[in-house]
Amino acid sequence: MDEFMLIFRHEDGNKIASPEQIQIWMKQTMDWIGGIAAQNKFSGGNGLPFDDAKVVHHKNVVTNGPFGEIKETIGGYIIVKAGSVDEAVEFAKGCPVLQGDGNSVEVRKIAKGDGIH
Amino acid sequence: MFRTEYSKITAVLCKFLGIDHIEIAEDIASETFALALDTWTYKGIPENPSAWLYTVAKNKAKNQIRHNQIFKEKISGNIKYLSGEDVSSEIDLSEKNITDSQLQMLFAICHPSIPPEAQIGLALRILCGFGIDEISNAFLSNKETISKRLIRAKEKLRSEKVQITSIPASEINGRLETVLKTLYLLFNEGYYSESKDAILREDLCLEAIRLTRQLVENKETNLPITNALLSLMCFHASRFAARKNENGEIVLYHDQDETLWNQGLINKGAHYLRQASQGKIISKYHLEASIAYWHTIKNDSQEKWESILQLYNRLLQLEYSPIAALNRTFALSMANAQLPNDHGKKIAIIEAEKLQLTTNHYYFTLLGILYKGIDHEKSKNNFQKALSLAKSQTDKKTIMRYLSED
Repeated sequence: MDEFMLIFRHEDGNKIASPEQIQIWMKQTMDWIGGIAAQNKFSGGNGLPFDDAKVVHHKNVVTNGPFGEIKETIGGYIIVKAGSVDEAVEFAKGCPVLQGDGNSVEVRKIAKGDGIH
Repeated sequence: MFRTEYSKITAVLCKFLGIDHIEIAEDIASETFALALDTWTYKGIPENPSAWLYTVAKNKAKNQIRHNQIFKEKISGNIKYLSGEDVSSEIDLSEKNITDSQLQMLFAICHPSIPPEAQIGLALRILCGFGIDEISNAFLSNKETISKRLIRAKEKLRSEKVQITSIPASEINGRLETVLKTLYLLFNEGYYSESKDAILREDLCLEAIRLTRQLVENKETNLPITNALLSLMCFHASRFAARKNENGEIVLYHDQDETLWNQGLINKGAHYLRQASQGKIISKYHLEASIAYWHTIKNDSQEKWESILQLYNRLLQLEYSPIAALNRTFALSMANAQLPNDHGKKIAIIEAEKLQLTTNHYYFTLLGILYKGIDHEKSKNNFQKALSLAKSQTDKKTIMRYLSED
């Protein structure tokens, strides 16, 4: 069983939606994660708030955000256990972030730290 | 009676004799009870059975020490002689010393050098007076494995020279987790006992509550997580009377007469839950206590089941268990019960079938319930699969009832 990180890329919800709408997305996300955890396939995860975000560039130039490409900002991630990348992709398909056109979930295998990767 | 007094005597004697002589303490406690059984059968139960037991235990300890003393003196010749009277007066079976000894014993057993499973086994044996077969039942293991585990754990306590003494404050946090887990398992063993002679081992649950309350009453261990566990136990225990009918059979939650729920224990549960909410850390006990709180409200509402669903979502992220996964899926169907055309159940069926807990009879029972009113054949087939997997009579009866309701 490998671990895969599902990385959510989307706009800052606070800029485009009401607090009520955000509540609904939160609930959908919790239900989605709960469904994965109920299959004993959840390893961890976190949201990444859009405030207090900086990017440190070459020569230590610091800018606000990573908000250049507005729909490609990382807003959070979860780590799932899956037998294959395809299984991890099936989990990703249920992610509520994908309701937004242009949003995406990137699926990446986590290196095992066994010296091979 | 046996378990409680056995554990009190063992804890006090262990503390007195030192962890090296844990088996001697256990033997003295066992012999005391064997003698009680013989004597009481002829003469009747004495007026104060506990006092009788303590006197006998003290005398046996006295003889043991004298014997040991002579033995040691012969070998080393320089050990100070301890008279029998000194021993009697030093073995303190007062309520306070019993409490202190049991708490210190609890923490000694939960020493970092002992694997958690062995800690739990030792606590069940020494502090709760469980038999080996009961412990193996609780662990779904066999007697030999458990016996070996206990022997190894006792050897480890000796080789690590673990002291039965008050725990430094700096070590309490690290060890409390195992202590609480042990008490949690003890409570569950009582609450979900499949034993025929007593479906509900109420005394075991009360023992777990008693030990947890001792931790809450102790300043160093009175932490939010301890309160959360005690709250959980109180909420569950409030349904003792309602969970069993006059034939000793389990009454399912929805069929329970809520006037039999113990309001006093519900209030206590709420009190400890408030105490528990004062910290920043949300443990699985906080989540389970909150779920148990919602179950003290009998009427189904969207708010109730949505809250329960979200609590299970979080619980499963902290710690997976098949039963939490199944309960979460049931909560999902109830939280969406207001949707037309059984849509709530249909959502839950999709989620349920992903769980693939095909050796678990609760899995098929849940599917049977969800398919009810949607697909009669599938509902029936699932209940029948559940029936073929169920082991206890209680579970079989419950499933039969579902089948007959069709």
